[in-house]
Amino acid sequence: MIVNRKPLTFWEKLYLPAIVGGFKVTIRHALRSLFGGKTVTMEYPEQKWAVPPDYRGAPYLVKDQDGNTKCVSCQLCEFVCPPKAIKIIPPGPAGQSADRSNAEKMPQEFEINMLRCIFCGLCQEVCPEEAIFLQKDYSLTGLSREEMIYDKEKLLALGGIHGGIQKWKQKLEEAKEQETFPVKV
Amino acid sequence: MDWNFIIFSVVKIAIVIGVVQGMVAYAVLAERKISAWIQDRVGPNRAAPPFVKAIPGLGPFMIRLGLFQPLADGLKFMLKEDFTPAGVRKVYFWLAPAIAVIPSMLVIAVIPFGSQLGHQQMVIANLNVGILYTFGIVSLGVYGIVLAGYAANSKYPFLGGIRSSAQMISYEISMGMSVIPVFLIVGNLNLNQIIGWQAQHGWLVLYSPLSFIIFLVAAFAETNRLPFDLPEAETELVGGYHTEYSSMKFALFFLGEYSNMIASAGIMVTLFFGGWTLPFWGLGHPATTLVAGIAHILVFVVKMLLFMVLFIWVRWMFPRFRYDQLMDLGWRKFVPLALVNILVTAVVLWMMS
Repeated sequence: MIVNRKPLTFWEKLYLPAIVGGFKVTIRHALRSLFGGKTVTMEYPEQKWAVPPDYRGAPYLVKDQDGNTKCVSCQLCEFVCPPKAIKIIPPGPAGQSADRSNAEKMPQEFEINMLRCIFCGLCQEVCPEEAIFLQKDYSLTGLSREEMIYDKEKLLALGGIHGGIQKWKQKLEEAKEQETFPVKV
Repeated sequence: MDWNFIIFSVVKIAIVIGVVQGMVAYAVLAERKISAWIQDRVGPNRAAPPFVKAIPGLGPFMIRLGLFQPLADGLKFMLKEDFTPAGVRKVYFWLAPAIAVIPSMLVIAVIPFGSQLGHQQMVIANLNVGILYTFGIVSLGVYGIVLAGYAANSKYPFLGGIRSSAQMISYEISMGMSVIPVFLIVGNLNLNQIIGWQAQHGWLVLYSPLSFIIFLVAAFAETNRLPFDLPEAETELVGGYHTEYSSMKFALFFLGEYSNMIASAGIMVTLFFGGWTLPFWGLGHPATTLVAGIAHILVFVVKMLLFMVLFIWVRWMFPRFRYDQLMDLGWRKFVPLALVNILVTAVVLWMMS
């Protein structure tokens, strides 16, 4: 495409219209941000952006509505994790049993290395127990590498209680439904 | 040798250098703040020593203005690693920052920043050839930049150095010629005498506005400020001539650039806006009392600060000139204009005499 360059008029050659224009624009903006307080800056630690609902932040373990550990130590998330950020130590044959009645076991140790995590969400996608969710935390900081490896207690505390999805309650209701015939779905 | 003269000169030099350094630090802050406001931003508003927040009312306001940012910046420059890249020409690499700073400091020596305090004239060196000295020293400033570009042994600084040498040499000519009408009118090169003449007859900007405009534009070009910041054009040349510099050496270039701005603001105030005089409130003649002397210094500083704000403000008004447009403006517009200005002034003065 060829753009024809219009020759400048005498006024434009003097740069005067440009000077006046620049003067007007700059003073308008300066006065507006100085006295009107209309700045575009978000002053971060005091003001925070609204995190969108399906934001993929840090993955944390969640508890069910009764405050029990949801994770059953199946290790699917450990296997699927692309950067190998998750490390699970299962309880073993003689280990502690799960703190809820409808699960066999829960992890003895569950670690996520937040320096390795790429926030891809595969662990959440693969979890059969809906025990791990990518939550809305985006500013993870620490003073050492060790500090950035989150252990089970920390992950559970940060994850909190996830009352929304109550998989086993629904399963129980489904099972009860199936007691009667014909099955209502 | 007059010991009195030596002692007072040393004191004046120390004070002026200290004040100029402080002004440079706060000019950087002003630049950042004004730029921020023009761009709808907030600007630096965090850095402060911990006890300041405890001051009720004033403390948070000062932090909000970023008044402690220059301290943090200075500390950062001191503590940063001074890195010398492999392959630089070491001698020139070390020499260039010093050469960039020294001329801008030397220029300030002849600027009268006040009338009198007691019996001391408020100028470091009351030279009879004041403005010639200024032009001589200012033209040394280009060596710092050219040497920096050459010493870095890298293409972007080299291009920056080449651009600056061409630009500064071109604009020195129109700058020098633009002030000739001033001297034709006043008939003296001594800056104090020029101020004295202006106190009697009115500011020279009224007599020779074209001189002022050419001088102003040339001053922008000489100090490498936008719209003539081709030597350091970040968008084109990474950082220009100081790309390879770090830490205190980089800070020296910064210091040189801003002291240049301060010096040229001072010269413009002196030559065209009556220096330390004001036509009213009886500030038009050399001070006899201490209060009037201090008032004169304040008048000068305020006028200079207004020019500094202009320097910063203009930065956001225009896009950068293209290299050929820059040369065109310098050689084909300003040089002929300055020549015509000299001729017309001379003819008018001849007719009037």
